[in-house]
Amino acid sequence: MRNILPILAVLAALAVLWYAAVAPMNIRGALDVADRGGAEVIPAEPRDRFEQSAWRLMMANPDHIALGYSLDRPRLPTPVQVADELWNTTGEMALRGRAMSKRSLIYHGWITLQSTLWGFALGTVLGMAGAIAIVYSRVVDMSLMPWAIISQTVPIVALAPMIIVLSSQVGIEGRGVPKAIISAYLCYFPVLVGMVKGLRSPGAAQLDLLRTYSASGVQAFLKLRLPASMPYLFTSLKIGIAAALVGTIVGELPTGAISGLGARILIGDQFGTPLAIWAALFAAAILAGILVTLLDLTQRIILRRMGMQA
Amino acid sequence: MSWLVFALVFWIGAWALNASLANSRWRGTIGVRVLIPVLFGVTLIVLWEGFVRGLGVSPVILPAPSTVAGTFAASTDILWEDFRQTVLKGALSGFVIGALAAFATAILIDRSAFLTRGLLPIGNFVAALPIIGIAPILVNWFGFDWQSKAAVVVVMVFFPILVNTVQGLRETDAMQRDLMRTYAAGYLDTLIKLRLPAALPFIFNGLKIATTLALIGAIVAEYFGSPTRGMGFRISTGVGSLSIDLVWAEIAVAAMAGTAFYGLVAWMERRVTFWHPSHRRN
Repeated sequence: MRNILPILAVLAALAVLWYAAVAPMNIRGALDVADRGGAEVIPAEPRDRFEQSAWRLMMANPDHIALGYSLDRPRLPTPVQVADELWNTTGEMALRGRAMSKRSLIYHGWITLQSTLWGFALGTVLGMAGAIAIVYSRVVDMSLMPWAIISQTVPIVALAPMIIVLSSQVGIEGRGVPKAIISAYLCYFPVLVGMVKGLRSPGAAQLDLLRTYSASGVQAFLKLRLPASMPYLFTSLKIGIAAALVGTIVGELPTGAISGLGARILIGDQFGTPLAIWAALFAAAILAGILVTLLDLTQRIILRRMGMQA
Repeated sequence: MSWLVFALVFWIGAWALNASLANSRWRGTIGVRVLIPVLFGVTLIVLWEGFVRGLGVSPVILPAPSTVAGTFAASTDILWEDFRQTVLKGALSGFVIGALAAFATAILIDRSAFLTRGLLPIGNFVAALPIIGIAPILVNWFGFDWQSKAAVVVVMVFFPILVNTVQGLRETDAMQRDLMRTYAAGYLDTLIKLRLPAALPFIFNGLKIATTLALIGAIVAEYFGSPTRGMGFRISTGVGSLSIDLVWAEIAVAAMAGTAFYGLVAWMERRVTFWHPSHRRN
């Protein structure tokens, strides 16, 4: 809690910087709009303006700077414009009972969330299975671990279009499955690494104690290794779900998807509506924040029940 | 069919060999430690080849590794041009600029405990966001050529490196700083001789995360507009024009570039932080 004040201060500083940047970024657009509106602009020719720097344009036309803060298609929208657009496409539509309309970010966020959760589930299962195999089998450890590391240095976006081509050829309709595969690819690695660390965290003395109880391998796993790995698991799950969301959006960006937050960004780019891009970006950020916070709460509750302090 | 059988037999044989190697008394030697993962990788490729040939998969869907290798050898000039555009110009320059900017910001912020406490949570949060989404905005701002790709990479690598550096600079404990004070060392001396070396493992951690992000950023930014070269451009047009083997060759280049980039940073880390417990040989 003692971090609240510094965080607010930094956020305020960022907002000030953002507002300050809007003026030079938007001055050209503002002057074009003012020129078309018949106002006096220096220099009057668009071609002359093109050759001058933003700073000189601002000095020459101080009256038109304010216009840059309320453009319809700004190069850099103000935070208030972004918040407005975000509200118009989420809260207001929900109030009018059209939360699932194709123009609502709630609908697109829901599409993205579905793929993210499927990818997260798939990646977590794969990561945990891999970790168990690595901890219990030396062959798997020696052959799989280096490739798991290499797999993360491969830029997945290069593979993303191929995954979509392949899955459509195999007969999978829609984009949900390939997106989930891409997000699972990004999400399994943190889970794998965290679980291997966690499953190996019980010391030799603890394992020996279980052996003196003549506990079987399964019992040792269920009663010692698995509980001991829980703190590691949750830490990795938090990284994993953020990675899964990144994966889903990466899966939506280059592939011509039509629904999902990534698709909103893509469509906003094609139709030249920067406000839609910014709103989708912030919606994705909010979604990431909610998901990580939910996992954090689950972690606290479960670890407290298990007698470990989070 | 015989291809399929061969692939399966090879798989079983390689697995048995790996199992016996991993349990043999040579398992600690470097040769075996390298041989086992290499054999695993070769097995995957043989399985791929066997399945594609055995089941007669159309090369438009999934080309065999041998076809990809052939295309790779035949179009090295295209691949080299794309590699230069995407990796050397886009990713690498963005990586260097972003790392330097993050580094400078971290050292400036570190002077104020207040700012550090405010920035660490925000930086951690932003580092987890799908920043990749800003690619179309930056392509709009900086044009189609490599400058916009470098800009995307700068933003993507900035936060992981910043957060790790700030965290690393806080690693020294009061005892060590007090020792520097008894030597009458000033801020700069303490920074260079104590706190930066202590922060190096963290900085390298951030740099390693950033290597992958840099390539992802450079490739995705090309999907939003690029001159008629670059790996992302070639992949997106290749999928459209069904030259899938060239796409796989580009993927192979991307994979090798990513691994080499990561390996280079990891190698530098070992050379620079040889004193750290995780790199000591016992």
